[in-house]
This record gives sequence, C-alpha cells and structure tokens, in this order.
Amino acid sequence: MYNFEFVKPSTVAEAVAALASEDAQALGGGQTLIPTMKQRLASPAKLVSLTGIEEMKEIDSDGKVLTIGGGVTHAEVAAGGYGAISELAGNIGDPAVRNRGTIGGSLANNDPSADYPAAVLASNATIVTNNRTIAADDYFEGMFSTALMDGEIIISVQFPVPEAANYQKFEQPASRFALVGVFVAKYPDGVRVAVTGASEGGVFRWTAAEEALSASFSPDALDGLSLDAEGMIEDLHGSPAYRAHLVKVLTARAVAAA
Amino acid sequence: MPSVTMTVNGRAVTGEVEGRTLLSQFLRDDLKLTGTHIGCDTSQCGACTVHVNGAAVKGCTMLALEADGAEVKTIEGMANPDGSLGVIQAAFQEHHGLQCGFCTPGMVMAAADLLAGNANPTEAEIRKHLEGNICRCTGYHNIVKSVQAAAAQLG
Ligand SMILES: Cc1cc2nc3c(=O)[nH]c(=O)nc-3n(C[C@H](O)[C@H](O)[C@H](O)COP(=O)(O)OP(=O)(O)OC[C@H]3O[C@@H](n4cnc5c(N)ncnc54)[C@H](O)[C@@H]3O)c2cc1C
Ligand code: FES
Ligand code: FES
Repeated sequence: MYNFEFVKPSTVAEAVAALASEDAQALGGGQTLIPTMKQRLASPAKLVSLTGIEEMKEIDSDGKVLTIGGGVTHAEVAAGGYGAISELAGNIGDPAVRNRGTIGGSLANNDPSADYPAAVLASNATIVTNNRTIAADDYFEGMFSTALMDGEIIISVQFPVPEAANYQKFEQPASRFALVGVFVAKYPDGVRVAVTGASEGGVFRWTAAEEALSASFSPDALDGLSLDAEGMIEDLHGSPAYRAHLVKVLTARAVAAA
Repeated sequence: MPSVTMTVNGRAVTGEVEGRTLLSQFLRDDLKLTGTHIGCDTSQCGACTVHVNGAAVKGCTMLALEADGAEVKTIEGMANPDGSLGVIQAAFQEHHGLQCGFCTPGMVMAAADLLAGNANPTEAEIRKHLEGNICRCTGYHNIVKSVQAAAAQLG
C-alpha cells in the first residue's frame, strides 16, 4: 500500500472540503478500500475518514421510514431489529467485517455481489448525499458504478417501511458474498423484487415477478415465469443458467418467508 | 509523522506512524506484541483479530490512526495478571482446540467477542461467530468444544 495523508474530520462539511483536493478519497470502514489499496488498485494521496462524523452514525425510525446513517456499521443494523434489513446486515461477511463495514461504503462500492444494493433497490429507498437525494432506481449504474460524483458522500439512506419483506441469500461459501441474493418487499402500491449477485449489470429489478406478485403475493404466482440467462454472471461458482434458476427459487422462498 | 495514542491491554501507549500503518503492524512492530498474527493480510483469515472498544476487528484491515484514542485488547491481554492462561485460553489447551497454534490468537479473541455478548451460545452460534476465522489444522470441531467449555466455566 502506498502511503497517504490521513485526516479524520468530525463534520460532513469538513469532510466535503477535505475531499475537494485532488486524489482524495473517503474511508468508511475500510473493509473494501484497505484491501484494494494493499493491492495497489487504489492509491489515493489523501484518505478522509468518515468514522468520526457523529451525524452519519444515527439510526432513526418513525414507523414509516427507517433512516440509516451512511456511517452506521453492519453490526449496528443487525442488532437493531429492523426486520429483513437487519437480517441481511447480520449475514454480511463475518463479525469482524460487520463491526467495521458501513452501509455507505457498501453502496458507494456497489459490488455486483453485495447484499445492501438489493435491499435499497427493492425498498425503493432514497440515498441522501451531502448535496442531493437520489432515488434507488437512479442510483445503481452497473457493477461498481453509481450516480455518486467525485467527493460526494452518502450521509444516510431512507427506507420506506414495507408491509412485508424478506431477503434470501445463496452464499458463495468461500467469500460469503451472495452467489445470488433476492430481496422482496411488499408495499400498499405493489411489490418490488431486486436481485444481486446474478447479473453482469449489477443489482436489478425482476419486473415480471413484481407484476405477478403484486397481483397475488404467493410463491405460486411465480409459476410459469422464468428469467433469461443472457447477461448473467459466469464464473467458477456458477453458470448463467444456474444463477437464473436460483433467482426464481430464492424469490419464491423470500415470498414464502416474508 | 502523525502520532497515535491508545490504550493497549490497559497500558497507555503512544507511537509515530505513517498514514498507511495498519493496527496489526503497530501492535507487532512498534509495541512488539507479536501474539497478534498476520496470516493472509487480505481480510480473510482472522488470525489478526483484536478488540477495539470492545468489538472484534481484523487488525490487518484497520489503520493504526483509526484506533487513535481507542481501548485495544490483544491476545496478550487475555492471560491472567500472574501470567497463567485465561479461561478461554486454558479451554483451548484442555480440549485440543489448537494444533500449530497460528490461528489461535484470533480464535480466542473471536470467542471472547462472542461470549461477551452471549454467555451461553449454541454450537451453531459458535460456528457462525467464528466464520471469519480460518484454521488449517483442527477441523474446527475441538475449537467449538473449547468455546463451549469456556462458556460453561465462565457461566
Ligand atoms: C471478508 C469479507 C467478507 C465480506 N462479505 C460481504 C458480504 O457477504 N456481503 C456484502 O455485501 N459485503 C461483504 N463485504 C464487504 C463489506 O460489506 C464492506 O464493508 C463494504 O463493501 C464496504 O464498506 P466500508 O464501510 O468498509 O467501506 P470502505 O472500504 O471504507 O470504502 C469502500 C468505497 O466506498 C467509499 N465510501 C465509503 N463510505 C462512503 C460514504 N459514506 N459515502 C460515499 N463513499 C463512501 C470509499 O471511498 C470506497 O470507494 C465483505 C468484506 C470482507 C473483507
Ligand atoms: S491477517 Fe488479517 S484477516 Fe488474515
Ligand atoms: S491450529 Fe493451525 S491453523 Fe489453527
């Protein structure tokens, strides 16, 4: 890892100012960025730690909207008892990763096999940054790519509280990332289904399943549907056809468990 | 160079570090606390597990400067004040929870993290909590037994 200047501001405004300099990068829990820097795939001149910013560490729920600060760790969300989102957070990586890794870091990174993107997209959540709000449908732009601009910080994420929701993760046993993960969320105006781990394009909505489940929220509603294997990830852990098959199996399980 | 101050196993320490100095490097190279092992250095194996403000973290995946002002506990802090093995360490010895011992510091710190929040874990809970700690020798079975025995003794 190349050396860098380290700064740890205590407010969002100071962090935004520090990130304005060339080659500066935000540091969340470091669970992705530090390994990446060790491999010299990233070499920022300045790291701006977000871990000292109290206003990014709050969780708040009024029963309608669950707001999770961008600096909240997976362990804190897991311990909060927020239904499917807490269960999802409690199965990210391992305990030590969960004690450092944050929701903001996970969403900024947008790994195609990460868990949180599925929850955010299925919940139609809103990403709040230092200068705007971004709807989930506009936020994810493909593998490791998002609508965030250089130096933009995720301050919090607002999840509308669903009537019912569930996340099913088929773990890749070595990395514990999702080989395929499906988040199903039911709202008064319809059902949303988001899939991670499967597509070359990163997290996506399975709209055919959403329509079927909005008409009838039961696993049988998926009978007759199938997902095209075209564009699914191919690697040594699974073929595109296998992943496409898993999406349907996991969607049915999520509906049954929601 | 920036300076860093923290409490390690109850002792106040200060050192000069680079931005890139990892907590695991600071503990081993500067403080000479070489009980914290570096296995993979890629966040996978858990040999470097230590506690920061009471929570288990991978020392190889946290900057030393991020631990400024923190309370850190390492395997050296798990022994009794007279130097004899602490309860969890003794249980590993008694129940054959180690062979080469390379993973053991991380296993003991992860087990202590579990038992701090769950005094009476099931076998499944123990296995789940140790998911981030890899052992090439034991097959895990006796590690689980060791943690169960330590839990029973700590009651
Ligand atoms: C062994 C291991 C297993 C894992 N398993 C899983 C898993 O099963 N599922 C899963 O989803 N993830 C998994 N992860 C990844 C983990 O969830 C990371 O915590 C997460 O991807 C990154 O969060 P972080 O806070 O550590 O961010 P960092 O590593 O600090 O940063 C990641 C990126 O986000 C940027 N960033 C950080 N915070 C913000 C913010 N608030 N606003 C804007 N940009 C920001 C950084 O500049 C960087 O580009 C695993 C990681 C490890 C090491
Ligand atoms: S040395 Fe830190 S996880 Fe392996
Ligand atoms: S005892 Fe050898 S690696 Fe665990």
